[in-house]
Amino acid sequence: MKRRNFLALAGLLTAGLMSTSALAADPIKFGVVSHLTGPLAGGEAVTHIPNIELWVQQVNDRGGLSVGGEKRPIEIVTYDDKTNPAEHIKAVQRLATQDKVDFMLSPYGTGFNLAAAPIYAKYNYPLIAVTSITDEIEELTEKFPNMFFTLGSTTGFVEGAVATLAKLRDQGAIGNKVAMVNVADAFGIELADAARPKFVEAGFEIVYDKSYPLGTPDLSPVVKGAKAASPDAFVAWSYPPDTFALAEQSIIEDLDVGAYYSAVATAFPAFSKKFGGKIEGVLGAGGINPDTSAMKEYRSAHEEVTGKIPDYWASATYYAQLQILEQAIEGVGEIDQAAVIDYIKANEFDTVIGPVKFDKHNNSDRYWSVGQWRDGQFRAVADTGMGDSADPVAKEGWN
Amino acid sequence: MTQSNYLPLVLGVPVVGVAAVLPFLVDGYWLSVAVYVLMYTALSTSWALFSGPTRYIALSTGAFFGVGGYLVGTGMSDYEQSYWTMLVIAPIVATILAALIGLVTLRLSGVYFVIFTLGLAEMIRNLVSWVQNNFLGSRGLYVLTDLTEEHIYWMLLAITVAVFLFGWLLGRSRLGFALRILGNDEQVAQHVGIDTARAKVILFMTTGFFAALVGAVVAPRYYYIEPNVVFSPELSFLVVIMALLGGIHRLWGPLLGVIPFTLLWEVITVYLPNATTMALGIAFLLIVYFIPHGVVGLAEKFLKRGEV
Amino acid sequence: MDIVISGLLLGGSYALIAMGLNLQYGVARIMNLANGELLVLGALAAFWVFTTTGMSPLVTLFAVAILGFAGSWAVYRIFLAPLVRRSANQGQLEVDSILATFGMSFFLVGVMVSIHSEYFTYSFLASPVALLGTTVALNRLVAFCFAVLIGGGLYLWLNRTRAGLAVRAVAVSPEAAGLVGINVDRVSALAFAVGGMVTGVAGVLVSTFITLDASVGVIFTMKALIIVIMGGVGDIRGSIIAALILGMVESAVATLIDPGLTLASAYLIFLLILLFRPQGLFGRRAA
Repeated sequence: MKRRNFLALAGLLTAGLMSTSALAADPIKFGVVSHLTGPLAGGEAVTHIPNIELWVQQVNDRGGLSVGGEKRPIEIVTYDDKTNPAEHIKAVQRLATQDKVDFMLSPYGTGFNLAAAPIYAKYNYPLIAVTSITDEIEELTEKFPNMFFTLGSTTGFVEGAVATLAKLRDQGAIGNKVAMVNVADAFGIELADAARPKFVEAGFEIVYDKSYPLGTPDLSPVVKGAKAASPDAFVAWSYPPDTFALAEQSIIEDLDVGAYYSAVATAFPAFSKKFGGKIEGVLGAGGINPDTSAMKEYRSAHEEVTGKIPDYWASATYYAQLQILEQAIEGVGEIDQAAVIDYIKANEFDTVIGPVKFDKHNNSDRYWSVGQWRDGQFRAVADTGMGDSADPVAKEGWN
Repeated sequence: MTQSNYLPLVLGVPVVGVAAVLPFLVDGYWLSVAVYVLMYTALSTSWALFSGPTRYIALSTGAFFGVGGYLVGTGMSDYEQSYWTMLVIAPIVATILAALIGLVTLRLSGVYFVIFTLGLAEMIRNLVSWVQNNFLGSRGLYVLTDLTEEHIYWMLLAITVAVFLFGWLLGRSRLGFALRILGNDEQVAQHVGIDTARAKVILFMTTGFFAALVGAVVAPRYYYIEPNVVFSPELSFLVVIMALLGGIHRLWGPLLGVIPFTLLWEVITVYLPNATTMALGIAFLLIVYFIPHGVVGLAEKFLKRGEV
Repeated sequence: MDIVISGLLLGGSYALIAMGLNLQYGVARIMNLANGELLVLGALAAFWVFTTTGMSPLVTLFAVAILGFAGSWAVYRIFLAPLVRRSANQGQLEVDSILATFGMSFFLVGVMVSIHSEYFTYSFLASPVALLGTTVALNRLVAFCFAVLIGGGLYLWLNRTRAGLAVRAVAVSPEAAGLVGINVDRVSALAFAVGGMVTGVAGVLVSTFITLDASVGVIFTMKALIIVIMGGVGDIRGSIIAALILGMVESAVATLIDPGLTLASAYLIFLLILLFRPQGLFGRRAA
């Protein structure tokens, strides 16, 4: 019963796929497994999906990618995993063995990149991870030599935040009392854990250090508690819904700190849209340099094609991933995944975030780590290897 | 009673034999579908062993599954234990936990039991996150092993076979008989001298054991354990839904829910990749209206005690 | 005082979330797993109208109330009533309604994702109000006032009107209610529709201070289930009191012990209450 069903369906699926591929004029197929629904869907919709849309349109407007002496258009095969790792693995397998896509784009979230990595490795697809932040880059790339990292390490992000606060303190803008909170989920726990010793090392005193569960409906006690400790700086290793909620509560409580930092989603345009000018001076994870011509061009094209403003963090890096793949495929000149992987390892790429070159651990150690809202833009104020960050300024109230 | 003869056993052997060589016959995709089917078959069938005869709907599968996956993650990352050690420890912990839960929930019935297990699972999830945050700290819970998809498939197959064997033996045992009486009328069961408490707790322990074992076995597939992902309430719901779709009064009922559900999901995903969730919702409604009694058609007596 | 005020406000929003489900499950006997999605739909409407036209969610609220009522009425009549009629007993109805509403929840998530797949976040009445020596957010206070109005209104409706009497009779026993000449089918549809209306309105109010997204409904469904069961099925007072208890506990634990333990302690209280009162605070003993 079980086997028969399997085979019948396999036949059905293959027939379906063959009929669709017969229609298209020999495009290059890229697969991506997205979180179209589920807990991470909101982030995916901001940071990943519009970039893919933009890139496909741009490349196909040019006639496609130059491979083997001809221009071939690109086609995207998308599946929804409902933000479920088991579904994700299954869908990546389907892309690799049923759709036989030529390349795959990286998924959203550290856990999903790692869960997918063994399959990318097995079928020898390059995996240029973007929204995947870990301190185990060396160990992981040793295990998966086809995997690349572009957005930095956990420690890198923490060091950026600590350095920014240290700068502000050395300018005399803030004292050395830090209130720190974090969401009690993998990423938040890791960041807080890495931050504790680093703040102490940098001479800060952590006067409030609490976590809150994912999905806390009311964060006012957290903000009240932090305020009662009268800190000079407030740091939240937060996720999107709580990033919004913490800022709103801080405005309501008038949490008067010289430095206010929150992590994921501070860089989202929706954050600025929601709070307008009140968040002037707010620090957060990410940031970009909006002044380079490549970045300006990218941002206006993004808005024009997708109707959305890109976020000020991983959007550009995700687009850079697409540029790297594009340049590597054209550089190799044929659809050869192994050669593309070697090409990515060996070459430097010109992208929207500047030149990208991977080190011997397949890591690109160039990224912005802290941004600050200034006049409606989220400008990088700390980085690793970029060297073009602005100096942070103290936050002056919530007006 | 069909359970009392050896026919299922005789029929089961070739099926398991074919299943065991499946990894050599199919490509990676079908293997991962098979892993998915086995994972949910083991979970739904062991769930139905308790909930079928007793009619107590437990929404705690996600908690036990999470305990399994999480203990493997924390054991390997924070305590440098080997995967195999944790694979043994995790289900034992879950079984003890299930025993405690079983004992305290004896007074609850119907929907109150259902939602109690849901609340309990959520409490465990939050407590684990809190403990991890405040006492263990973490640089991420990585489960790095050399296990391949094939290995995981065979381990899940072994678990599934064990669940079925256990269920078959249970059907022939005094305990199984006691459970059926208990499910029909708890008062009668008590009058004829059945220790209903003991029967319920033992069965609940087995569901906890198997769910944690499955969680521990699939942890290496996830590579990176996030408490809020492995302690998924969605998993608890899906296990119940699949079992209900199949039917929970036969040992092989949930299997007949899991396989169509998985295949339906795949078909929808392939043909409607951008509206998977919506189409799945419509498919569900169609199933309810046009296949009213589940795949096995035995759901009609289900949840008699859901009456308030 | 901080604790009491913020506990009350939080409890008020929990009551908003749970009252609708209580009517739907307690009276119409539908374990509505799509309840949270309906709430998120209300939130999406408020967000969408606010960001495109700038219209106040408090205006959208009335439209959502009407649509929530009419939509739920239609859903009950078209999709759920046939299930009620064909099921031989309560057990069968529960299985069918769980599967059907689970399907509806998927469908609604899919619809909402196609409308707006990002976070629903906007600022509305996000200003501080000094209240009895503490600061609260105006939007939470407004939501609380609505919770009081809706809760009070439902209580009066159920206890002081003929229709309410019929609804309570059906909640106690559909069979007996039918015998004394109550049109059980109609009353169930009415209760289900009112429940949907309350849940939709709750979504509008909650969206002013919680950032939601299309997929978050299940969280609210679970919270609502827990509150309804903790308070006792079929009694609106139970849900309100359970909601306030949860709000108070979360607020007290967050302030006095550790915000990291708020949800864990709320669930612990729920578990303890069930252990000592297996039928919930105001529930009737299972027949």
